[in-house]
Amino acid sequence: MSEAINGNAPIYSRPPAGEPLLVMQGIVKSFPGVQALRGVDLDVSAGEVLALLGENGAGKSTLIKVLGGAYAPDQGVLKLDGREVAFRSPQEARAAGIAMIHQEFNLVPGLTAAENIFLGQESGLAGFVPHREERRLAAELFRRLGATIDLDVPCSRLTTAQQQLVEIARALAREARIIVMDEPTAALTAAEVNRLFEIIRDLAKRGIAVIYISHRLDEIFALAQRVVVLRDGRNVGTLPTAGLGRTELIEMMVGRELADEYPRRSVNLGPPRLTVAGLCRGRAVRDVSFTVRAGEILAIAGLVGAGRTETLRLIFGADARDAGEISLDGRRLDIRSPRDAIAAGIGLLTEDRKLQGLVLGQSVRDNFTLPNLDTLARYGFIDGHRERTAFGRHVDGLRIKVSNQDQQARHLSGGNQQKVVLAKWLERDCEVLFFDEPTRGIDVGARHEIYLLMNDLAARGKAIVMVSSELPEVLGMADRILVMHDGRITGELLNGPDVTQDQVMRLAMA
Amino acid sequence: MQSLLRRFASDYGMLAVLLLLGIVFSGLTLQEQPATDTAAARRLVASIRRQVPEKAHVLVAVRQTPEDTLLAESLTREIVAAGMEVADVVRGEPQAVRAALDRISTAGGRLDAVAATERTSSWLVLSEMREIFPALGQPPIFVPESYRWPNFLKADNLLNIANQIAVIAIMAIGMTMVIIAGGIDLSVGSLAALSAVLAARLIRDQCGGVEASAAGMVIACAAAIALCGLLGGLSGAVITLFGVPPFIVTLAMMLVASGLAYLASAGQSIYQLPEAFVWLGRGSGLFGLPHAVVLMFLLYAAAHVLMSRTTLGRYLYAVGGNSEAARLSGVPVRRVLLFAYIVCGLLAGLGGVIMASQLKSGSPTYGNMYELYVIAAVVVGGTALSGGEGKIFGTLIGAFIIAVIQNGMNLTNIESYTQKVVLGLVILAAVLIDRIRHR
Repeated sequence: MSEAINGNAPIYSRPPAGEPLLVMQGIVKSFPGVQALRGVDLDVSAGEVLALLGENGAGKSTLIKVLGGAYAPDQGVLKLDGREVAFRSPQEARAAGIAMIHQEFNLVPGLTAAENIFLGQESGLAGFVPHREERRLAAELFRRLGATIDLDVPCSRLTTAQQQLVEIARALAREARIIVMDEPTAALTAAEVNRLFEIIRDLAKRGIAVIYISHRLDEIFALAQRVVVLRDGRNVGTLPTAGLGRTELIEMMVGRELADEYPRRSVNLGPPRLTVAGLCRGRAVRDVSFTVRAGEILAIAGLVGAGRTETLRLIFGADARDAGEISLDGRRLDIRSPRDAIAAGIGLLTEDRKLQGLVLGQSVRDNFTLPNLDTLARYGFIDGHRERTAFGRHVDGLRIKVSNQDQQARHLSGGNQQKVVLAKWLERDCEVLFFDEPTRGIDVGARHEIYLLMNDLAARGKAIVMVSSELPEVLGMADRILVMHDGRITGELLNGPDVTQDQVMRLAMA
Repeated sequence: MQSLLRRFASDYGMLAVLLLLGIVFSGLTLQEQPATDTAAARRLVASIRRQVPEKAHVLVAVRQTPEDTLLAESLTREIVAAGMEVADVVRGEPQAVRAALDRISTAGGRLDAVAATERTSSWLVLSEMREIFPALGQPPIFVPESYRWPNFLKADNLLNIANQIAVIAIMAIGMTMVIIAGGIDLSVGSLAALSAVLAARLIRDQCGGVEASAAGMVIACAAAIALCGLLGGLSGAVITLFGVPPFIVTLAMMLVASGLAYLASAGQSIYQLPEAFVWLGRGSGLFGLPHAVVLMFLLYAAAHVLMSRTTLGRYLYAVGGNSEAARLSGVPVRRVLLFAYIVCGLLAGLGGVIMASQLKSGSPTYGNMYELYVIAAVVVGGTALSGGEGKIFGTLIGAFIIAVIQNGMNLTNIESYTQKVVLGLVILAAVLIDRIRHR
């Protein structure tokens, strides 16, 4: 184990049965200024679920894009059924039986499930689409997956989980032999995750090789037979999951010994800061009331769609509320827009950084400055020097990895993007901070730093409200847990060692 | 330093295209240019003085063009200064020269030299002078040395380009802001027409027409521009309050404004305007720069500062880049958008007033298709139609690219139908180059 960490010969364990279906050997790929892959090996057999693990920037997505034909490797060999292949395009990889299911789905929102499944391979004569035949085949595929999907509505009306099933069905329709899934559970509820796992196991039973990428270690232990760990573009090891420890795996990924996954802190609760009473918006949020105290981390748990994010958005003024009162430090706030909320000292880290948190085409510095222009500008003119020093302070303090302050936000990894968003609100010195899914899609190292930062903010007397779909995170971080279901608060738990995931889930399903 | 250069190249890469076009048209319009400046006249007189006796009588023969007139004036001055006599100054056709020579010859006058130009020296009356007027002896003919210089690069032509594009370039400032903020405004051409008509009509009806005072004209123009700002604001309000796509709203506004322009002018040109009204459009001051061009540069400088140094500029980029993220960061998205549309309307109105001043009349046909040229200037200048990206000075470069292409093709005698085709292709090429560069 320690050998692998020191970067000597990586550990390798053979696939469970027979000759591997796919072998990738010594894959090297570099981009201008970055060597993304420095000789990576990977093999997977038919019927195996292989997990691919690594921090953001370790080279997972590059490796997957080489497999999918999007990138040509600089060096290295790809063998399918023992024969060497070279994909010149994603189409060629697809024709060879490799299917990719990305985090962001590749569906045309206006078309139905059946239309999406057969998009690009319609079989009809002279450009006429054989609707009835496609419908029949699609229904057959969904029956095989044990799913019921409305074939008459456009995909935009399907849930995330259903859309994912459409993607899987499409892979099956194309007779894929290798299916790559990138963070497939990121937006699913616990029940949906279980359903997905059944499907993945079933796919494996039918002889399909599944390459499964996830940051969630529990899932890897539950699903995969072996795990390939990447770090800095190299294999750190290929190991059987049986008998492997959690910390062991994290340490392999991070390359250093890790302290407690959820850092401890001494809780010192002060007076109530944020008080919300009778918050309502349609069916999404119904009569929500709660108080957060200085130095407290309050978690709101619940299933996706329970009204957690909606509650935060109502307080923040992002959506208009039907009713409800908000006060901070005993003062009534009249919040009608995010601008009002920010002026009052409330900050929101949105669940979706790319769509709501950042202006991706702008520089990281411009993003940082956006909510802070009132303090960094005078008479409407921006003080460029102060702006640069202020951001520089946060780049150092949060250890944000940027090549320079003018780098576009889109070129940062998820963890660093989240840190830029954090810097925005830290500079404002917000009294109340909302963290909505603060670690979604973020690697272990950065995750830990964000936890430390939340603790630090709480210790400085700020009030923190966190929404998270990851129960271990909720139990690991929160002082108090509110559970929501269908727009209402269904329970409140004072967190402690005796509180279990089951307790939270029972309230969430209430 | 290096990164600064690289950033400049990436922001203003279209400058290279503009320079390239300049080089191409300079090459294509390279010609022998007769020297017409004072220095050339002085050198010519000096060489006459070296070859002819004291107190020589010199005839100046030039054509009736502005440059030749200038040359004739400097020549006369220099001849007198050199202690020689001007026998006569002929400005015009060969017949005039013949008449002058006739007069000198019959009067038994003395002629020691002729100062001519490249063109006039080739006229038969001068080249065959010895045969036609033997009585005059054999006075030598002097021609100022010529030099090779592209017609395109002549100062007059460059000023002409700047003056022609000023209107579109000024309107494009507002359009750049709107497009960077993620919108589009199709109504600018019609707003310009409305503003031109309105200003002209107010001057004619309210300020005494040809007798109008300067203050009256300023007020009339300001009122016309303000109305355009109001209409721009109206578009912006509908777009932000009701979430209607800007393409549709401003398309409607384009029809409304154009109709209003025809109504306000009863479909006629309004030309009862005082002479002084052309001050803005045709007048020139500082370094011979036309006022409209000076105004254009000032507005670009101000807009550049606004977009790169102020809170409002930062907001415009943020709203265009990701309006939801901007809103959640406390940007007053609606007010920012409203500002962009109002500025766009105001500048369209200003463009209309300049046009009216250039043409000394107001007509509802002005600004026809200008929205497309304006958008083309913005896009050629490197601003993304999807919003959030672009530079103000890029637009100025874009406007000049369009002007240079049109001007260059005029100089090389390409007729206007072909010009359109070429212009379209160049816009396409410019945008493609930008795409490839950013990949």
